[in-house]
Amino acid sequence: MKQVSIPSGASLTALYREWVGDYPKFFKMDTLSKLGFLLTEMLVHDEPDRFTFREDRAVLVFSREGCIANDRHYAESMQDFPSPALFVYTLPNIVSGEISIRNKWGGESSAFVLESYDEARIWALVRQAFQDKCTQSALVAWMDCKSDTEWVTNAWLVDKTDML
Amino acid sequence: MTKVYCIGCGLVTPVGNTPAEVLAAVRAGKTAFRQYEGWPEPYYASLLDRSGFEGPSFFDHIVLQAAQAAVQEAGIDASSARVGLVLSTIKANIDKIDSEDVSLAAAAETLAKSLGVTTAPVVVSNACISGLAALLQGVRMIRSGEFDHVIVAGAEVQSRFIVTGFQSLKALSLNPCKPFDADREGLNVGEASAAIVLSAHADRPSWEIVDGAVRNDANHISGPSRTGEGSYNALRYVLEGVKADELAFVNVHGTATRYNDQMEAIALNRAGLQDVPVNALKGIFGHTMGAAGILESIVSMQACDAGIVLPTQGFSRMGVEPAVNVSAQERKTDKQAFVKLLSGFGGVNGALLFRKGGAR
Repeated sequence: MKQVSIPSGASLTALYREWVGDYPKFFKMDTLSKLGFLLTEMLVHDEPDRFTFREDRAVLVFSREGCIANDRHYAESMQDFPSPALFVYTLPNIVSGEISIRNKWGGESSAFVLESYDEARIWALVRQAFQDKCTQSALVAWMDCKSDTEWVTNAWLVDKTDML
Repeated sequence: MTKVYCIGCGLVTPVGNTPAEVLAAVRAGKTAFRQYEGWPEPYYASLLDRSGFEGPSFFDHIVLQAAQAAVQEAGIDASSARVGLVLSTIKANIDKIDSEDVSLAAAAETLAKSLGVTTAPVVVSNACISGLAALLQGVRMIRSGEFDHVIVAGAEVQSRFIVTGFQSLKALSLNPCKPFDADREGLNVGEASAAIVLSAHADRPSWEIVDGAVRNDANHISGPSRTGEGSYNALRYVLEGVKADELAFVNVHGTATRYNDQMEAIALNRAGLQDVPVNALKGIFGHTMGAAGILESIVSMQACDAGIVLPTQGFSRMGVEPAVNVSAQERKTDKQAFVKLLSGFGGVNGALLFRKGGAR
C-alpha cells in the first residue's frame, strides 16, 4: 500500500510544477482540492493507462474540518458580492470530484467527516466501501485543512486485497 | 448477504411531522412555499416554522426530533454498543461560522449525545446525494457485522450562506419549481429533517434496502454529465438482475433546473426505464439537501405501501428529451419495489433499490 503526505504550509504551486504542470484548472481550486489533487498525482503518476475511464476505483476522503477554509472565504465574499467560484467549493466532496475528473474515475466518490483522525475508523469505513462489488481499489485521504497554510494530510492507494 | 430493513422513520417538514401526515399532504398537493426577504435579493422557499423555538441551534433541534421519532418507532436501545449513527448534512450549523460549533463533526457529536448513542458517529457530506449516501453507509455498517441497528438522520436549515450561493449560480426560481416541465426555471430551497433506523432484523413485513451505489460523472464539479454517466452507472449497478416492470416507480432528484432534469432523463432512458413511472417531490418540499435522500425515501415507502405513485407537483408539459414517464396525476401501483435516485455537485450520483420484504 502506497502512502504520501504534504507537509503543512508547503508551496502547493511548487508541488504542482514538480508533479503536474499541464492542468491549469488547478489554479481555480480551493486549497483542500489542491491538496487532494496533488496527493493523488503523487500516488498514481506512474500508473499505466492513466486517464482511461474506469469505474473500479473509489475516492474516499476524510476530515474533521470539511471545507471550512473555503467556507470562510465564501462567507467573506457573501457580505459584499457572493462569489459563485468560491461557493462551488463549499462542499467537502468537491475535492473527490476534482480527483475523479482529473483521472476519469467514474467509481464511488464520497466525503466523510469524523470527530478526529483515527486510522482504525478510517480503515473500517474503507473496508465497508469495498462492499461495492465494482470497487477494486481506492484512493483514501485524510485531509484536514484549517486554513490556506495549515493542514494535516495522509493519503493512501489501497487494493481490495489489502483490506482482506 | 445480510438483509437490511427500515424499521423506524421520523420526519420534520413544513407540511407535516409524521410519515402519514406528510403522505396525505403530498397527495393533496399541500405546500408551504412562499417568498422570503433575502440578502438583499428575495427567494422562494419551503421553510420550517421557528416560532417558539429558543435553543442554541435549530439544526440540532430538528435533526434530533426526527431521529428520536425514528428510534421510538423502531423500539431500539440507542445506547447499545451495537447501534451506530450516521448524520447526513451539507452545511449543518453554517450560520455559526465564527465558532467551533460550525463543524459537521460537532453537529454529529451533539446528536449522538442527545440520543444517548455511545458509538462514534460518522457524517456523510456528499453534496445533494448525502442522504442517499448516508443510507448506503448505514447498510454497509450493518453488513459489516459490527452493528445491529444504524440510525441514519439528515437535515438542512436554510441560511444566507446557502441561499446567496445558489443565487450567485442563478440556480433558484422565484416561482414554484416545475420538475421535468418545459418551462422549468430552477430550484426552490427547502428545510426538513428525516431519519430512518436500519436494522438486520424486522419482526413484521418491512422495506428492505437491497443495495445502493454512488458513482461519479468524472466530468464537471457543478454541472451534470451530458450523457448521464454517473447516474446511469449507479442505476445499472442497483438494477442488475432486476426487471424494469418490477419497479413501481423511480423517485428521481428532479430539482427543476434545466440541466439536472435533462441529465436524469438521459440516464433513465439509457437504463431502459423510460416506461417506468417517474416522480419528483421537490415541488412539495423544495430541495432539502442533506435531508432529501432520507425524506424522499420515507415518502416513497409510504406511497408504495398505499399502492400509489405520487404525482409530480409542478409538472405539466414534457420538458426533457428523450421523454420519461412523469405525471402530474396520482397513479395506482401494485408493485413492491422502487428506486431512489439523486445527483449533486462534485459529479456525484446515487441510486438505492428498495423492496418490501418479509419479516426476519
